[in-house]
Amino acid sequence: MMPIRSFAGACLAALASLCAVAPAAAQKYPTRNITMIVPFAAGGPTDVISRIVTGHMAPTLGQSIIIENVVGAGGTTGATRAARAANDGYTLITGHMGTHAASAPLYPKLAYHPEKDFEPVALLAGTPILILARKDFPPKDLKEFVAYVKANAEKVNAAHAGIGSVSHVSCELLNSILGIKPVGVPFNGTGPAMNALVAGQVDYMCDQIVNAVPQINAGTIKAYAVATPERNPSLPNVPTTTEAGLPEFQAQAWNAIFAPKGTSPAIIATLNAAAVKALDDENVKKRLLELGSVIPAPANRTPEALAALVKSEIAKWTPVLKPAT
Amino acid sequence: MDLFANLAHGFAVAFSPINLLMCLIGALVGTLVGVLPGIGTIATVAMLLPITFGLPPVGALIMLAGIYYGAQYGGSTTSILVNIPGEATSVVTALDGHQMAKQGRAGPALAIAAIGSFFAGCVATVLIAVLGAPLTKLALAFGPAEYFSLMVLGLIFAVVLAKGSVLKAIAMIVFGLLLSMVGSDIETGASRMAFNIPELADGLGFATVAMGVFGFAEIIRNLDHGAEMSRDLVQQKITGLMPTRKDLIDSAPAIGRGTVLGSILGILPGGGAVIASFAAYTLEKKLAKNPSRFGRGAIEGVAAPESANNAAAQTSFIPLLTLGIPPNAVMALMVGAMTIHGIVPGPQVMQKQPDLVWGMIASMWIGNLMLIIINLPLVGIWVRLLRVPYRLMFPSIVIFCAIGIYSVNNAPVDVILAGVFGLVGYWLIKHDFEPAPLLLGMVLGPLMEENLRRALLISRGDWSVFLSRPLSAVLLAIAAGLLVLAVLPSLRAKRDEVFTESEG
Repeated sequence: MMPIRSFAGACLAALASLCAVAPAAAQKYPTRNITMIVPFAAGGPTDVISRIVTGHMAPTLGQSIIIENVVGAGGTTGATRAARAANDGYTLITGHMGTHAASAPLYPKLAYHPEKDFEPVALLAGTPILILARKDFPPKDLKEFVAYVKANAEKVNAAHAGIGSVSHVSCELLNSILGIKPVGVPFNGTGPAMNALVAGQVDYMCDQIVNAVPQINAGTIKAYAVATPERNPSLPNVPTTTEAGLPEFQAQAWNAIFAPKGTSPAIIATLNAAAVKALDDENVKKRLLELGSVIPAPANRTPEALAALVKSEIAKWTPVLKPAT
Repeated sequence: MDLFANLAHGFAVAFSPINLLMCLIGALVGTLVGVLPGIGTIATVAMLLPITFGLPPVGALIMLAGIYYGAQYGGSTTSILVNIPGEATSVVTALDGHQMAKQGRAGPALAIAAIGSFFAGCVATVLIAVLGAPLTKLALAFGPAEYFSLMVLGLIFAVVLAKGSVLKAIAMIVFGLLLSMVGSDIETGASRMAFNIPELADGLGFATVAMGVFGFAEIIRNLDHGAEMSRDLVQQKITGLMPTRKDLIDSAPAIGRGTVLGSILGILPGGGAVIASFAAYTLEKKLAKNPSRFGRGAIEGVAAPESANNAAAQTSFIPLLTLGIPPNAVMALMVGAMTIHGIVPGPQVMQKQPDLVWGMIASMWIGNLMLIIINLPLVGIWVRLLRVPYRLMFPSIVIFCAIGIYSVNNAPVDVILAGVFGLVGYWLIKHDFEPAPLLLGMVLGPLMEENLRRALLISRGDWSVFLSRPLSAVLLAIAAGLLVLAVLPSLRAKRDEVFTESEG
């Protein structure tokens, strides 16, 4: 009885008299449309992953899930809104590596804390990070690349898609591992940054696999390694950082569902089950793999696993990004 | 010939009933978005993108493309009728277009804008089909140094197109540049001139400032006692809806030149389309036998920039279709639309998705045809709107503007800011400062700053990079030449005499 009473107390505080019917209400969740905040523009990787998965979750839950794109300030505007939303299970957020880990050290005045203000629900997908370079950059493989950028630390330029973007923070991690401080050239988004790399105006970049695969296949840029434990099926010839001799560099842009702090465990469990079911669907799997995403193993799909991931990611990014700001 | 086979294939795709319908919906929505002040194409495409989730990919992209170039047609309407540019690319259209409307020639102005846009759209469609791949090199040849020099040239255009004092025009450009610096620093992420207002952290919106200094300021000015008289005249003087033979002869070369300029500049990522419209206007003014007509209702001043912005809107698809790289915010959303449908755009998209690429190219021509068929009969209706009494028209414009501004970010602060800029704009008009250079400064400011800093980062602070790169040097030389022409004292004396505002 206690968990149900505390749920009722938390989310129906104004309707204390309804405690008696709370058990029925808890079993019936959800009874109306659910809003899923995506803190990035429609069409971006987080948005697409969220749409694919929630498209399958909605029939499971028996309610529509409405995606609301709340953009601005590197995704923290949307995350702030989700943190302040009612914790009744009807406002959720699809966050990512930036909003729910890297933002903590990047934005000192952040209006929320990724761990303290959210309940983890489920990890949806990981997008591997690649080390890319212009096609005529001298090094031929990752070993040569490491030696080259260390020897020419004063000369090399690294492009990124703006402060706080995945391409920025993952390259900061790479640079800190290599112990170099190249000149970072900021662009407004991945498109212009990729344009500069294709045109040979900058030397290298770290970016998500989805943006880079077509360019690599066309030979307009080259990839040294993928920063995941396994090779990616969309780029079978690109070695992992472990194979290529830089095992310390591991980075994935992950996307996961979070609920506001205090959402009842029963609701979290219902949502997690729906998300897990979606990840097992063949069609969902196929769409996510097409994007170059890595689908989390069953053991990594629990809310507890996501909580652990957030904790480890904050620990990983904080020392890298603190001095950068 | 591959080209004809490809085009035939494209037309077969585009002529399927569902794609024709999508094209029509896109063109209609685009026209509406362009006409409604404040609601921009970026916001609309962003709002409609989720809807396309359930549509077939080719149809979805045809519709989104239709919204984009359709808005270029619609955008001229509000510029001409009520002097409110809905898009950065139609700011210059307002200069002569609204003067024509004041002289009772709103019909010809609207019609020539539609005809010019149609011609430019047809040429640009052929250009994409024939020269898309080779033209890609141009987009790649433009590095940060070249962009910076292009932006300098763009700002010089603003000085040249100003009607009154050169000093005042420069002051307005600098004011615009300052406004553009509000927001986050691109390199460090530090907040600049945002005064701890979260809504300012991402900078001032173009719509906010444009609605304020053009729209609201114009309304406040019209509420002045004296202006009411001339306003009544506007309503009675309407003469003819269609351009005369002379109008067409005057406009034809301007349309041609605007199309060429727009097609070239449109390929460049970023501010290509905006610079194209300003460049086309400047070119016409420089070539004209009697430049004093400009700013007083010269039909070339409408024909050239409208052709240029439509041509640019279409050629801006080239980097997307050939490289898979989005050159501006709307194209980035198109990439998003493709991604939603599992198509990852890239250099091979033309080979791997011929239906999509050639279907879209063919649909652009069909869309342009639809747009001119929609727009020409509408001219009569738009012109009749001018007869709406001011007591009804003003509140409606204010409400539409407020809704439009609010819808961009869902931020009430933006509406208040637009009001403040309205007062600023009124003060500026009263003191003979023109708002067009201010807007150009504001639009080009971020591009100029970012590329200046990128170029210097890459060159390690060596300023000679702007002169040692040939393209950049040529652009700067043209800019310097134009500036000399504009400020040379002897020329200036003549210029002031020709250009002085006649109104009191």
